[in-house]
Amino acid sequence: MAKKTYIQAITDALDIVLEDDPKTLIFGEDVGKNGGVFRTTQGLQEKYGEDRVFDTPLAESGILGLATGLGLTGWRPIPEIQFMGFSFEAIDQIAGQEARMRFRFDGTKTAPVTIRTPYGGGTHTAEMHADNLENFFTGVPGLRVVMPSNPYDAKGLLISSVENNDPVMFLENLKLYRSMKDDIPDGKYTVPLDKAKVAREGNDITIVAYGAEVNEALKVADSLAEKNISVEVIDLRTVSPIDSETIFKSIEKTHKVVIVQEAQKMAGVGAQVASAIAEDAVLSLDAPIGRVAAPNSVYPFALGEDIWIPRAKEIEEKVNEILNY
Amino acid sequence: MANKPIVDFEAIKNNLSNVSKPIQVLNENAEVTDQDIFDSFSDDDLVEFMKKMVWERALHEQTMNFSRQGRMGFYAPTEGEEASEMGTVLAMKKNDYLLPAYRDVPQLIQHGATITEAYLWSRGHVLGNKFKARSMMPQIIIGAAYDEAAGVGLGIKKNGEKDALAFTYTGDGGTSQGDSYEGMNFAGAFKAPVLFIVQNNGFAISTPRAKQTAAPTLAQKAVASGIPSVQVDGMDILACYAVAKAARDYIVAGNGPVMIETLTYRYGAHSSAGDDPKRYRTKAEEQPWFDKDPLIRLRKILEDKKLWSEDQEDKLVDEYKASFKEAIKEADSAPEDKVSDMLKRTFEIPTPEMKKEIAKFEAKESK
Repeated sequence: MAKKTYIQAITDALDIVLEDDPKTLIFGEDVGKNGGVFRTTQGLQEKYGEDRVFDTPLAESGILGLATGLGLTGWRPIPEIQFMGFSFEAIDQIAGQEARMRFRFDGTKTAPVTIRTPYGGGTHTAEMHADNLENFFTGVPGLRVVMPSNPYDAKGLLISSVENNDPVMFLENLKLYRSMKDDIPDGKYTVPLDKAKVAREGNDITIVAYGAEVNEALKVADSLAEKNISVEVIDLRTVSPIDSETIFKSIEKTHKVVIVQEAQKMAGVGAQVASAIAEDAVLSLDAPIGRVAAPNSVYPFALGEDIWIPRAKEIEEKVNEILNY
Repeated sequence: MANKPIVDFEAIKNNLSNVSKPIQVLNENAEVTDQDIFDSFSDDDLVEFMKKMVWERALHEQTMNFSRQGRMGFYAPTEGEEASEMGTVLAMKKNDYLLPAYRDVPQLIQHGATITEAYLWSRGHVLGNKFKARSMMPQIIIGAAYDEAAGVGLGIKKNGEKDALAFTYTGDGGTSQGDSYEGMNFAGAFKAPVLFIVQNNGFAISTPRAKQTAAPTLAQKAVASGIPSVQVDGMDILACYAVAKAARDYIVAGNGPVMIETLTYRYGAHSSAGDDPKRYRTKAEEQPWFDKDPLIRLRKILEDKKLWSEDQEDKLVDEYKASFKEAIKEADSAPEDKVSDMLKRTFEIPTPEMKKEIAKFEAKESK
């Protein structure tokens, strides 16, 4: 057990899957000698060699096509897209090819690909470097989308993703990379896919969040605890598929819910959670469903991020509004 | 400033057109234009080539018939492209991977899929994709197979398979899609064993080759990736086979990828779904290509050698067509695809939501 950052936890997971399964391969732009632009693959080429961890030409569709072909020939690829905004270039290979591989071949050919990519704002990067595109990818059948909120889950979920025989988009929050540390067990452990976690138990209201917003929700829970309001925080962890049961169980207890996401409000994860509740659990509620999300603009340039991304303050306002309904 | 331009761009551009003649063995008058390559084929080889082209032409005719009867789904006609398709695929070995485009169904069958499976693929039934061959299903996104072929090639190399490579096809239109360059560039950079084949049949649906690119040849599109490439007479099966075979030998020797552009023509429409070549082609354009028909020239050579006769060919066509009719009967008896099965094959481990949907559809389907 050691204190590790989100990045160190990810490196740890990659080290374990490379060690465990000789068919795993890490590749992408600058992942070799440079260890990735964020150093997530630091030291892995040195340890496992250029055959297992290697740099590619700078072309996202090519990288993901390479993953498809390697998957077809028995390999377990873990490609990296340097920033999530660059995945626009690879939509066909992800959504048009890999995600439907099992379906089109009735399971006789599959694409066991884990696509790692950083996303999310608050670090003042250049355009296309921070976009939250999970809303895009959660609409793709055959593709899992995993978004850990802390270092412990990041390691366990990444190992589960690589071991999964279907494609997974594993989204790493840029802001969390170095801003958080957890006690991380040495060696292998897994965190299950498709399962939400009750990050904090409470009785008065439920906040459903994922990624970096989970930590904002936890701050709100701390602040409201001082006023004797007990907030339950649910961390979705996998945002496609969504674990509705865990959400329903919580709102049966609290009867109130606020759904939080960093991405734009239109469509996507929060909308899916809201519609699942509206369809199957609306009678558990005694107030409207509250939502906190970024506005439906194009993702802002660096200096606009801090006013655009919803943080604890906006969440607390919405929680109070729903509590006082 | 000097009057003379610093760089003579026009001369550089003109130099791009300075390309060698496409490789040919047998011209349209059935004259041998490359005796050395011609002599490398035995009489049996020549007969075998002819049989394959007759088979593909018969497959096309029968499939068009089925299509007119409303018994097919998506079908991309192959008539005219027999030399290009059969010539290249005959250079493949069973351990090679095939990444075909939608017009390359005959190659997929040659590589191990059954005709029944091909018909089921055309109709849009999942059982059409469960062939045992080392192959992807026919690719609809025209550049995608090139990207994937780079990965398959690299996978083969990493697996240590010495006598295997990836064969992949696209058309002239496919070379305009960025993925075709990314695939060639990746394969070149990784020295992956891949044979990229461009079947240049002159038209991407209705858009002529001349509007596709200013490049004088499509073969030279590989040059920027550091890949050797060559144009071949795509109406000459002997040339197509000889070049594909030579490329295969070169690639499996560890030299990295090759690209071949076959100059061919599709006689009919892009697909059976409705484009009308009369809207974008004239008889005057078409006739010279019909005159170059790949079957005519090889048939003449074989008849001169007393290795072939009209009777023999008619008999073969009847046999082939009977087998296609058998295959479609078999396809007719495929079980109906069920929504519950579609849900089950979306993920290995169904999501909780899907489990509910599966139960719902199973209940409906059992009624």
